[in-house]
Amino acid sequence: MKAFLNLFEALDSSTKTTAKVAALNAYFKQVEPAEGAWAVQLLTGQRPKRPISTTEMRELAAEMAAIPLWLLEECYDAVGDLSETLARLVPEVVEASRGTLLPDDAGLDRWIQERLLPLSTLDLAERKVHLKETWLSLSANERFLFNKLMSGTFRVGVSQELVIRSLSETFKVPKHLLSHRMMGQHAPSPEWFEALVESEEGNGASHEAIGGQPYPFCLAHPLEDATIEDALGPISEWCIEWKFDGIRGQLIRRAGTTYLWTRGEELVTDRYPEIAGWADSLPDGTVLDGEILAWNTESNQPLPFNDLQKRIGRKTVGKKLLAEVPVRFRAFDLLEWESEDVRGRSLAERKELLTRLVPAEFLSEVFRPQDWDEARLIRSAAKSQNVEGLMIKRWSSTYGVGRKRGDWWKWKIDPMTIDAVLVYAQRGSGKRASLYTDYTFAIWKDGALVPFAKAYSGLTDKEIAEVDAFVKRNTLERFGPVRTVKPELVFELAFEGVSLSTRHKSGLAVRFPRMTRWRRDLRPDQANRFEDLQRYLGAEPTVAETEPA
Amino acid sequence: MNLTDSGLLTLRPEGVYCPEGDFYIDPWRPVSRAVVTHGHSDHARWGCNSYVCATTSKEILRHRLGEDIRVQAVEFGEKSVVNGVTLSLHPAGHILGSAQVRVERNGEVAVVTGDYKREPDATCEVFEPVEAHCFISESTFGLPIYRWEPQELVAAAINRWWSENADRGVASVLLGYALGKSQRLLAMVDPSIGPIVTHGSVAPLNAIYRNEGIPLPLTKNVLNVDKADLRRALVIAPPSALGTPWMKRFGEYSDAFASGWMTVRGARRRRSVDRGFVVSDHVDWPSLLQSVDESKAERVWVTHGYSSVVARYLQETRGLDARVLSTEWEGESMKEEAPAEGAEQESEGGEA
Ligand SMILES: [Zn+2]
Repeated sequence: MKAFLNLFEALDSSTKTTAKVAALNAYFKQVEPAEGAWAVQLLTGQRPKRPISTTEMRELAAEMAAIPLWLLEECYDAVGDLSETLARLVPEVVEASRGTLLPDDAGLDRWIQERLLPLSTLDLAERKVHLKETWLSLSANERFLFNKLMSGTFRVGVSQELVIRSLSETFKVPKHLLSHRMMGQHAPSPEWFEALVESEEGNGASHEAIGGQPYPFCLAHPLEDATIEDALGPISEWCIEWKFDGIRGQLIRRAGTTYLWTRGEELVTDRYPEIAGWADSLPDGTVLDGEILAWNTESNQPLPFNDLQKRIGRKTVGKKLLAEVPVRFRAFDLLEWESEDVRGRSLAERKELLTRLVPAEFLSEVFRPQDWDEARLIRSAAKSQNVEGLMIKRWSSTYGVGRKRGDWWKWKIDPMTIDAVLVYAQRGSGKRASLYTDYTFAIWKDGALVPFAKAYSGLTDKEIAEVDAFVKRNTLERFGPVRTVKPELVFELAFEGVSLSTRHKSGLAVRFPRMTRWRRDLRPDQANRFEDLQRYLGAEPTVAETEPA
Repeated sequence: MNLTDSGLLTLRPEGVYCPEGDFYIDPWRPVSRAVVTHGHSDHARWGCNSYVCATTSKEILRHRLGEDIRVQAVEFGEKSVVNGVTLSLHPAGHILGSAQVRVERNGEVAVVTGDYKREPDATCEVFEPVEAHCFISESTFGLPIYRWEPQELVAAAINRWWSENADRGVASVLLGYALGKSQRLLAMVDPSIGPIVTHGSVAPLNAIYRNEGIPLPLTKNVLNVDKADLRRALVIAPPSALGTPWMKRFGEYSDAFASGWMTVRGARRRRSVDRGFVVSDHVDWPSLLQSVDESKAERVWVTHGYSSVVARYLQETRGLDARVLSTEWEGESMKEEAPAEGAEQESEGGEA
């Protein structure tokens, strides 16, 4: 675990990309495949399932430190990170007794497989003994890392892109091939890691296309209305389509089998039998990029995302739900044609092939406005069409990997905003673990402030520090990590939609809330009222309940 | 407010007071007679008519408060009796000359620890446990997450960091409070690695320590070191030196902060220095408890830090009459150990 701990410390302590890549390269150069597999998955945000509750972890640490639980909570409050608090509280053992459980050079993989994963299969008493032994044989820093992995809160400041860059430099494998190989779900086995970093040999493309392996999704950048003419130039160079409000999906038909992947790299073929059934008619060696949408067959347009929500969580779908919320795949791109990877061809070419392959009702409609003002007009109808706005893609562009700037844009309709009062604050995580960065906001209803949204982002570091200081000075009550603060600060929140909710006190839930402005000019009594939020409910049917209560 | 039922010590707006002896202990406002535990600015305040301190603290006090102050130096353990009150000072192990103040009347003893530390180090007198009926203790690091590693281990880590930097040809800037921490760091490092440069606020204090017989390695003014040598140098400076033109002489450097607060990753990160070394001149959790136990006191006043936490813990686990003493000493540790919470700034730089 030492090598991975060193890597973690190096990544965590540096903000420079070059330093991070150097640390990753040094690590991957020496790593065994069994550990490398886990490392790649952890660094790209995949975490093992939590095998033990944090309550149990707390209780054991308090017991080992011989302190009452309230004192543990005080420590947590001072540290701001539970994994670190527990790591510090467990008594340090003498160096000599380390290495008795697993050899000193045991890799990350063995610690996870032999010490972490088994926790979930043990009973309470066994679990305690097992974890106690583990904690005692680790140094405080290793224990911290182990706790992060165990509680599912491991995060480190690298992007998937950076990991791919390092693997590419270390193992001399092209980046696009690595991102392709990393798509989908894989068990973190040594075989997987070996296949991942295997150099490209002769039969590259067709070899990669075996099975249901998807391609990395090309992502779009947001576009600001004001700069559109300057940024994009003549409209004739651009393909203009709706930006659907569904689930991005890749539909694969290879060797008589259909695979439907989401952008979250989840295989969901069985959840959408209508799509799978339709795809069976596609020729082998076809990969489509498109959107999974709840579909209104009568009006022939998408249903609100809210309806699609009813299908998202279901692994098996009953007849009733199938009839109530039918889904449809609308394709907007072609990635593989006649078993050939066509991502290197222009969008114009790919669209041309796509229209030959897929009937119009399963295709995303392409608009041909004369100028940007006409495009604005089309976009203004987005709400009535249950879509989020427009997608703008360059006709001459190839299908890129990831979020490459310049060729793919999303031009969403303006978000709704409301002025709300900060009522609860909670510490952030990672770099911001000791600052209060996670806020709950309330609006007025019948003369009282009712919480309705949580938001994290949108403030500058300086503003965060200011709010943090305010929270620390104006705490009314504390419930664990949450503080009730004096209702004084007003912020403008933007969001994508409003829906009815039984989980929120306010009865309404907002979608993708974020702080857009600190309204220092407003007093708390000048914040918006419940009725103001309700008005958006009528105006906006494309809403969903994604916000946790 | 009485701190002991008998009124041996009381709390006044000026600070902790002994009515019978007519003296204050570390008062935070000017008074006529102040017994001062040690030279840190929040314990030794300017403007009192006369000061009493340990012999080895005298020059530090004069350096900080002015050559013209009236100061009476007392040997550790030496007893003086005023109006039936016996006053004596006992080593606190915090910085050179730091003292616990013991007062006794009619067999009743109260001890004010000031800041203190249990692990011996080469730059100050070793802490001496003193029994008392009433024990007034600091609690800067009064949480069980604070447990110091043996000093040799930290010293080894600092020396490793310095010599790795020296090999790369970059200076090592080690930040710590000018009085006490800097001298302790000097005594911990291995001078064979390279030259040692000290900031202008540290140098006069080094001289005082050396005059008191504390051996410190040779230190240099930055102007007397070749440019090439600076790239192997260890630079000891207060945190406030960061970002000043003085730092420009070192070119590229690695920086580290030496403080008990460096235990916590978040504090380390907010400092945004390359390294954090846990070196504290205060008691950690185990030695705080040890000291309370060894004092055999039944009443404990906890001040200066995690007072309410420690007081509650002592009540629950030891059944002691443990209470929180709110003082205006709060904040000293913040400056001294610099946790970098929000806008907290060190005042050290401008001072010396
Ligand atoms: Zn002090």
